This record gives sequence, structure tokens and C-alpha cells, in this order.
Amino acid sequence: MGRYVARRLLQMIPVFLGTVTIIFFMTRMLPGDPAAAMWGDKAADPAQLAAFKHQMGLDVSKWQQYLNYMGDLFTGDFGTTMGGRKVTDVIGEAFPVTIQLALLAFAFELVVGVAIGLFAGLRRGKAFDKSTLVLTLLLISIPVPVLGFIFQNVFAIQLGWVKPTVQAQHMTFDQLILPAVVLGSISLAYVARLTRTSIAENLKADYMRTAVAKGLPRRKVIGTHLLRNSMIPVVTFLGTDLGALMGGAIVTEGIFNVQGVGNALYHAIGRSEGATVSGFVVVLVLVFLFASLLVDLLYAVLDPRIRYA
Amino acid sequence: MRGASQAKWVVAAVAVALAATACGSNGGSSSGSNGGGAVNAQGTFSYQSTEPQNPLQPANAMEVGGGRIIKTLFKGLVDYDPTNGELRNQVADKIETTDAQNYTVTLKSGWTFHDGTPVTAKSFVDAWNWSANVKNNQINSDWFSDIQGYTDVHPDEGDPKATTMSGLKVVDDTHFTIALNGPVSYFEYKLGYTAFSPLPEVFFTDPAKYGQSPIGNGPYKFVSWEHNKAVTVAAYDKYAGVDKPKNAGIVFKNYSQAEGAYKDLVSDNLDVLDQVDPSDLASYKSDLGDRAVDQAQGAIQSISFSLYADDWKPANLSKVRQGLSMAIDRDTITKTVLNGSRQPANSWVAPGAMGYKDNTCGEYCTYNPEKAKQLITEGGGVPGNKITVLYNADGGHKEWVDAVCNSIRQATGVECVGDPKPDFKSSRDLIKNKKVDGLMRTGWVQDYPLNANFLRDVYGTGAAANDAGYSSPEFDKLAAEADKATSVKDTADLYQKAEEQLAKDMPAIPLWYYKTTAGYSNNVQNVKYDSFGDPVFTQVEVKQK
Repeated sequence: MGRYVARRLLQMIPVFLGTVTIIFFMTRMLPGDPAAAMWGDKAADPAQLAAFKHQMGLDVSKWQQYLNYMGDLFTGDFGTTMGGRKVTDVIGEAFPVTIQLALLAFAFELVVGVAIGLFAGLRRGKAFDKSTLVLTLLLISIPVPVLGFIFQNVFAIQLGWVKPTVQAQHMTFDQLILPAVVLGSISLAYVARLTRTSIAENLKADYMRTAVAKGLPRRKVIGTHLLRNSMIPVVTFLGTDLGALMGGAIVTEGIFNVQGVGNALYHAIGRSEGATVSGFVVVLVLVFLFASLLVDLLYAVLDPRIRYA
Repeated sequence: MRGASQAKWVVAAVAVALAATACGSNGGSSSGSNGGGAVNAQGTFSYQSTEPQNPLQPANAMEVGGGRIIKTLFKGLVDYDPTNGELRNQVADKIETTDAQNYTVTLKSGWTFHDGTPVTAKSFVDAWNWSANVKNNQINSDWFSDIQGYTDVHPDEGDPKATTMSGLKVVDDTHFTIALNGPVSYFEYKLGYTAFSPLPEVFFTDPAKYGQSPIGNGPYKFVSWEHNKAVTVAAYDKYAGVDKPKNAGIVFKNYSQAEGAYKDLVSDNLDVLDQVDPSDLASYKSDLGDRAVDQAQGAIQSISFSLYADDWKPANLSKVRQGLSMAIDRDTITKTVLNGSRQPANSWVAPGAMGYKDNTCGEYCTYNPEKAKQLITEGGGVPGNKITVLYNADGGHKEWVDAVCNSIRQATGVECVGDPKPDFKSSRDLIKNKKVDGLMRTGWVQDYPLNANFLRDVYGTGAAANDAGYSSPEFDKLAAEADKATSVKDTADLYQKAEEQLAKDMPAIPLWYYKTTAGYSNNVQNVKYDSFGDPVFTQVEVKQK
């Protein structure tokens, strides 16, 4: 197990370097001049533009910029935004917000999704199962913006239960519920369906018959034997989903004015701010790598037949 | 001295207000109509804003997010009266000149910065010298280019030779002189721009740190900047200007999308709107009732011809351009596609600017398919009988570009298609480098409400924003004459003559003027907008709860 983890950690190094390199060049190849864009609709004063580019280190070749960037990166310097702020500060502001939102959405899809999937799977072919299939299909087919606007109009404007957007200055837990539900709803549908299929299949497995024949209480049969064994596909899905949630949700964060990773990335891309985009992606690559490692380790916990050496 | 008693209230209330600003003004449940409720002078209100892109230094804000905040924190020699766009003195007692080139400025006494230090002639001269210096990377540094010695601190290449401009001289605490490179009769109008604000001495010790917590001399003083969340300012009790705040402070709330801000406004979680988002334009008047705002703005949308490209280079194509302009049904497009959010244009200068003259474009901006066809034929036809209109696809322009093209196609039979570029930057690069082959979306937002700004800065030969590459000796001659006039009024009148030349040459087709389509919540009243589209912050009254 220890050797396996060490090997996986070592494998992360080339993956990390590769993605950072690709992202660096991709963001620097975006059309348009990020420095000139500071002037908006107006034409930039050439002398000022040149001075500005020099200060931002944009007046050297792309390869030189790349070397400078990588060098700074390993000393923990993520560079600065066009406005002169430290990228690490921007990352430090956005991630806590997104993490709160992601965990809430994750908890929602995990708890509700698995519960629905479990009941539907146990009562396969019954009314609850059939309505689950129809409703989850409906949920998957509704685009996120539509769902967001409907929820916002119904729960915030018409019923007035919550505020329509997240109030960044005074963010409270209840303001995050609406975006979290919208964010988690599509994954919830997938989780419910995956759980349902897995449960329904494993109900017919030999070990289930043995457990029932041993006379184990139903709670134990379902909780320990059935559910645990049925979780492997669900965990695989949830693992990658957690990474995706951490990456921020541009659409949902936009609708509910959440000042998280999605919004920050959206604006940075819009302004071609290579340093900011790269900074966020560097952190996200790490999140994804660790999430997938965690999923692989969880397999062994869930299914004792899986061993890592 | 209307509102003097209220001003006293503001003075008395500031100590309390400082604490109150931190709480914001949301969560209000007041209802009812919007006329003349009791005013809470200690009340603060919130405004739909965006995160400032740059440190809050007066010459470093080109985008509205930082620009509006700077406007509340600083006050220059003069500003524009929000009701009619006319120039009025603020820190200046008088600005005198005999030749429109050499100015003597006399300051009023009694103005102080928010840290208590006095505003003197030196505060202005030092600030302008610093802001113009190319090394200090101020986005608006070229605003000082009229001043003698500008090239010493801001050379085209290399390091500056000096740190001060020779054209600026401090006489004493309340007097300084400005010498320009040549006569610029509307220089006083330029002085109303925030780049010409004074700076306190503390600024120069650490400009970067200052940019995070600025100290100005305006009606509001800085309280806090919570990045990506909000910027909070509070009324300054010793403010010496004519426009004393009627409220105790403003919270500039950061909204990444206008839809969210609108939803917050409808539910009274936001008090004053910047602009209604396109998807709510159709219903905002019924949603907000008499709290809806619909007003002309100092900005114009046009489509320009690439006069430098082979197709449009020939000198005799002006009739074709006029014909194309006549083929555009501006009334219908603004009403339907744009939901009434724009006003059809019939000149190259937006209304509200000094020197604006109605209908300078005349019949060429009136829809007339018959005459359009006739003019195009007379002019020898559109090159290739096809035009393209370049625009950026990320700015919501597709709908109206398609509508304009449809109108041209149906009226004249000329093939017309939109030419979308993925984003603003890439389209701007093509336009700036004069690589457009055909027509392009262009627009102009006034820097100051004077017609010269819409004309010389956009259509003068070699002007930075002359995207069409238009070069007319007649226009340049008339503009140069106008610049030599000794009063702003004469300048404006003479520029109207220059504008007539544009109707003859039609380098760009004026389409429509922008409008401020906004609104405010049940918590506030007396919300007015100026020609820049900004609310008159100091006049907003917060209602008693």
C-alpha cells in the first residue's frame, strides 16, 4: 500500500508538469493582447503600452516567459494579475467560497442520490423506481441555466424564502443552499441511477443469498454487504465529480453571483490573463490528481478483494 | 443653498454613519410608492458595480468598475453639472486664459484631503507629473499630452528625461500655471476628467499601497475594499464642493452578471442599478413602475468603413456609403431587436454633449429604400455587391448586426453578412492594426460631454480612435480652426461645421445613441443619472425605514 501511494505520487510529477506546460502555452496563445485590453474600447498609448508590457514581463519571447514562470512557480510565486495583485491572493479568495459550495453540493448529491438509488434499486420495477427513472432523466435533460433561473424565480423572487444571489459581503449558509442544489442536481441524477442499477444487480449475487441464508438481520445484509459492494461505480463517479465541483461552476456561480473559482476563471480568461488562469489550473490539477488517488484507495476499503502492492 | 439643512444632518451623522456603512442597507422591507418619503441622512445604499481592475489611483481607471469609485473619492478643478453637462468649478476658483494655451488656475481655500491635509497647487502639479510619467504605468497617462514637457516624462521610447513637465508651475499655495503645446480651447473640459485629480502627499510615499486604500478630496472617503466582494465609501464631513452628499455612504457591490443584480434589485437586496440586463429589458418597466429609469447617454454606436482597404479606398464612394446608411431602418431595429434600449441616431455626436446638434446627418440617416438604391447606383455600386460587418461575438452585438444586414439586404439587394470575431480583444486587434476588409462595429463613449470629443478624437487624421482611417483635409482644417477658438462655446460651434463634413463623406454610419436603462429599489429615492450613465451618487436619498 505504501509503495503504491509513493509510486502514484511520483507519477503525478510528469502529469503535473505536462498540464502546467500545456495550459501555459494555451493561455498565452489566446487571441488578443491582454495588455492592450486594459484600455478597453480606446486605443492604447504605445509608449505606455510598451512600459506596461515590460513591467509585466510580456516583452520577451514566449519561451523566456515560460522559463520565468516555471522558475517562479517552484518558489511559490504565481505571478501577478494585470491589475498588479498577487495571483495567490486571488486564488486564496476564490477557493474557500468554491470549497464551501462544492462540499454542500457534494453532500447533497451523495446523501440524497444514494438514498433514492437504494430505495429504487430495492423496489425495482415498482412505482417509486419508475418515477425515479423518469424524474432523473428529466433532471439530466434540463440545462443548468434553466434550472437556476427557475429556482431563483420561484424560491427567491416569488416565495421570498432566500435571497436571489449570494451576498458576498455577508455570505451565510442559507444563501448557498439554492446554488448548491442547482449545482448538485445533475450529478444527483447520475448518482441515483448508478446506485440503483448497482443495487439491483448485486441483489442477485451469491454472497447476498448466503448472507440472507445465514439469517443475518435485513439491516446488516443491506448496510454491510449490499450497499458497500454496490458503491464502487458510485465512488468512481463521485471522485471525479468532486474534482469538477472544486473547479468551480461558471454557469451556476454566474447566476447566483458566487465569487468563487468559476467566476474568477471566467473573468481571467475573458481578459486573457495568462498568469491568473495558469495559477488556478495549477491548483486544480493538484486537486484532480489527489481526488483520483483518493478514489483508487477507497476501492480497497470498499472491496477487500482489491489490493494494491 | 437648497439642501443645506440636510447637509448639516450629514455632517452630524457621519460618526454614526461610519459604523452603519459596514452593515449595508439591504434587508429593507419598506414598500409603497416612491415620492417624497422621510429621508434618513444616515442611510447608506448599495450600487451594482464590478471589481476594479487596477489599484484605485485617479489616472489608472479606464473601466467603469474602478472609474465610478474614483469619481466619488476625488474631485478635480472642475466637474460637469449632472443636469446639463455644463462645466462648473469645484476646487478651482477660476481658470483664466487669453490664448487658450497658457492658463492660470486659482484654487479655492478650505478644500482638504480625507486625511486632513489641505489641497494646494502642489497637490495638483505633483499628481499630474507623477501620473504622466511613463514609468508609473498609469493607463490614462496620455491625458496629459497637451501639456508642455510631456514628452520629457513620457517619451515614445526609452526612459523619461525628467520627472516634471515644464508646462506646470506652482506660483503659491493657491495658484499654478499650465502651459500647453498649442492652443486647446476645450482644455478646461478635459480637466473635469478624474485623471486630473489632486493627490495628497502621503500618496508619493507608497503609491501601490495607496492604491489599495486611497485618500482623496471628494464627497466620499474610502472605507474598505473587500476584493471581489465590495468597495465601501462613506460621506466626508469636511467636503467643500457644491454637491454635498445627501446620504451617508455607498456600497459598490460586485456583480459578475447583470441578471443577478436585477434579481437582487427586484427583491430590494440592491438599491441602485447600473444597467438592466438584456433579458429583463422587455419587462423592467412593468416590474419597477416609476422606479424604472430610461434616459439618453453620452455614447454612440456606429459602423465604420475600412477606408484604407482596397475596396473602399476610391474617393468617389461616398454616395454608396450614404446609400447604405439610408438602407438601415433604425427606428424598427431599436424598437424591436434592441427592445427600446437605444435611440436612433441622426448625428455623430450624442445628445447631452455640449455642441450637440440635432439631425446633422439629415436625410442620410433616415430610412428610404428607394433613395438608398438610387445613391448606391449613382456611386457606382458596392464593391463586389457584398459587405461584411465585423463585430465581437461576446458583446451581445449579433442580433442587431444581423438586423442591420437584413435591412440593407432587403432595401438594396446588396449582400450583407455579419463577421463575428470570438471576443472583444481579437476584433479590437484587427481594427486597431487596420486589417479589416469591409465594415466594422465601432462605438464611442464620451470622455467629456463636448462635441469635440466625438469628432476630433474619432475622425481627425491619425486620431487614436480613428478606426475608419478617415482623413479629410476639410475636416482637419475645420477642427484645427475650432481648436484655436478662445472659448469653449466657440469651439463647440465651430466643431458643428466640421461635423457637416462627415455627412458629406460618411466615413462611419451613425446607428443609435446609448440609453441608461436602469432602476432603483424601494429603499431609495431621488435617483438621477448623468450623461455618463452614472447615478448622481451624492443626490441619492435613503428612505426612513
